[in-house]
Amino acid sequence: MSLLLENVRKSYREPSGHRLPVLGISRYELAQGEQAALVGSSGGGKTTLLNVISGILAPDSGKVVVDGKDIAPLPEVVRDRFRAVKIGFVFQTFNLLPAFTALENVLLGMSFSGRGVDRAFAISLLERVGLEKRLDHTPQRMSVGEQQRVSVARSLANKPSLLLADEPTANVDPANQDLILNLIRDTCKENKVTLLMVTHAMDVANKFDRLDKLADFNDPQAAYQGAAT
Amino acid sequence: MNLFSIAWKSVKQRSVASMLTALSVALGVMLMVVVLVIEGAVDGALNQRSIAYDLIIGAKGSDLQLVLSSVYRVQPPIANLPYMYLDQLQNDRRVETAIPLAFGDFTKPQHGGFPIVGTTNEYFLNEYTPGKMFEVADQEGTRQLSELYDAVIGSQVAHRNGWSVGDQFSIVHGSADSEETHDELFTIVSVLRQTGTPNDRSVFLNLEAVYILDGHQKPIDEVETRLKDFYGNDSERLGIALQQMEELKTRRAKGQQFGDESMGYGLDTPEAMKEITAVFVKTREVFDAISLQSQLKNGSKAMAVNPIRPIKRLMTSFVGPIKSALMVLTGMIIAVSGISIFVSIYNSMSDRKREIGIMRALGARRSSVFSIILAESTVLCIGGGLMGWLIGHGLSVVFAPYVSAQTGLLLDGWALNPMEFVLFPVLLVFGALVGFLPAMTAYRTDVADALTS
Repeated sequence: MSLLLENVRKSYREPSGHRLPVLGISRYELAQGEQAALVGSSGGGKTTLLNVISGILAPDSGKVVVDGKDIAPLPEVVRDRFRAVKIGFVFQTFNLLPAFTALENVLLGMSFSGRGVDRAFAISLLERVGLEKRLDHTPQRMSVGEQQRVSVARSLANKPSLLLADEPTANVDPANQDLILNLIRDTCKENKVTLLMVTHAMDVANKFDRLDKLADFNDPQAAYQGAAT
Repeated sequence: MNLFSIAWKSVKQRSVASMLTALSVALGVMLMVVVLVIEGAVDGALNQRSIAYDLIIGAKGSDLQLVLSSVYRVQPPIANLPYMYLDQLQNDRRVETAIPLAFGDFTKPQHGGFPIVGTTNEYFLNEYTPGKMFEVADQEGTRQLSELYDAVIGSQVAHRNGWSVGDQFSIVHGSADSEETHDELFTIVSVLRQTGTPNDRSVFLNLEAVYILDGHQKPIDEVETRLKDFYGNDSERLGIALQQMEELKTRRAKGQQFGDESMGYGLDTPEAMKEITAVFVKTREVFDAISLQSQLKNGSKAMAVNPIRPIKRLMTSFVGPIKSALMVLTGMIIAVSGISIFVSIYNSMSDRKREIGIMRALGARRSSVFSIILAESTVLCIGGGLMGWLIGHGLSVVFAPYVSAQTGLLLDGWALNPMEFVLFPVLLVFGALVGFLPAMTAYRTDVADALTS
């Protein structure tokens, strides 16, 4: 099992002091190498779910097992290192650092893993996404599609077991959408990386063999009412 | 990529702001370096390195004035001593060397108004500062005052006036801006090499020549009064002196005038008539200097001064506070630079919230982003400091010849002051201090919030 969520609850404290339940998931799992699209309404908790899975946020309760390890009870500093090593991230807005070249952005992903940087592997990843001639280009000198390809290469820099993609094609022009999507899916398949892609575009989600709707397995109100009784 | 290279990238990304903040640090450090270099040169000029003698003996009065007038030649002398007292000193078993000096005249104002020092050749045969002997700048120079109207000049005098061996000049009486010119012409026989001491802006004449210049002879009555005042109860020496004065009166009564060319340029002037302003003394033992000094304290009209003490007092009471004030000023400039680094980085934090969020999402720990911001502020402080240090020393090297020509101070642009060794550790700590608050902001950044901002 690559990803297992069990009885995961997450809420936010509102300025008024009340808690706003966002996640209430009794069970969700992905097998090793599996690829799934996750769709949900805006404000439905998709981003919070990705943050909980990646360890950016700790759940209020429950298990978040990634690659066999429950990260929910771990202290933040351990979750940070775990995320660096085991989880890749592709963002909707690419989130490349503007001062860094394509190669440096990929190397940056390696820098925080504690395993040192592998320049040759970083270059091979950029070659894999077709950017062998853009290694020294900063994001400003690259097209939107190229930037997202750098982001894909960076997400795989630490050979993660799980890749989380948050609407990676939403900001890409239609001509590049399929290219980016196929690139993510193919590279994940080649590296046996489990893929969970959040999207609101059904045409994108329909290309996946597995399509999960967040609302089908997330019921925060019930989860918190149950806890209260 | 380590944290410093990531920090350096960030510094480069905001190159204009980074350069300006680093420049402000550079300015402060540059001023500090220049102050330290000048202070080092002033300190070198105003301490024992300026003179290789143990004692300066002069008329009783202010010890500082005696040192400033005889060693630094920047103050009028207190009063004169009888020339005969020199003989007394030279015969003292505690004294190894006693060199007479007479002051009071200057080169003409248009020639820079440099002080005239009447002395003997022995002055040039002794070290001017411990371990250093006078050298001549010109191959033709002799470093000897062989003839009565010979002159040896310091390097600054030569440079200021374009004088060299063989040139002639006349001098004025009393003060540097006096118009009372002596008729005699002096011929330069030697130009001394630069010493970095007041000797560079001095003109040395034969002591004997000083006595025969017009206006230097005092009325006999006045001389007798002074002799009586100086020797007091020492009837033996007073008797010899007064005897010489009687002989002089007799010669004058016969119409013979000392200073007359027919009498050999006044070389027959009786010793009792001659006066000296100061005597530079080297004693045989350290204890001899103390002994001589304490002996003169009681009942003598002369005093012996250790040249270091008044100057140290001057340094402590006057130069020291000025140096401290300048150091505080430069310290404040650096502090203001630090605040500008703080403001620059702190203001950039809102723009960089997303960057920090990205790094955190990629696995950077809170401590890592904290360290990156801290590294950034220390890079700016150390980088600016290094730039200022190089500029400060570079400027000192470039302007050293000009300063030397104007003031006689020997600036060693690359001389390191011990304070400079603590400069960079201090800047490192300072950089960490000014970067602490922005770094804490980075540390506290909420990743989820930063990524959606």
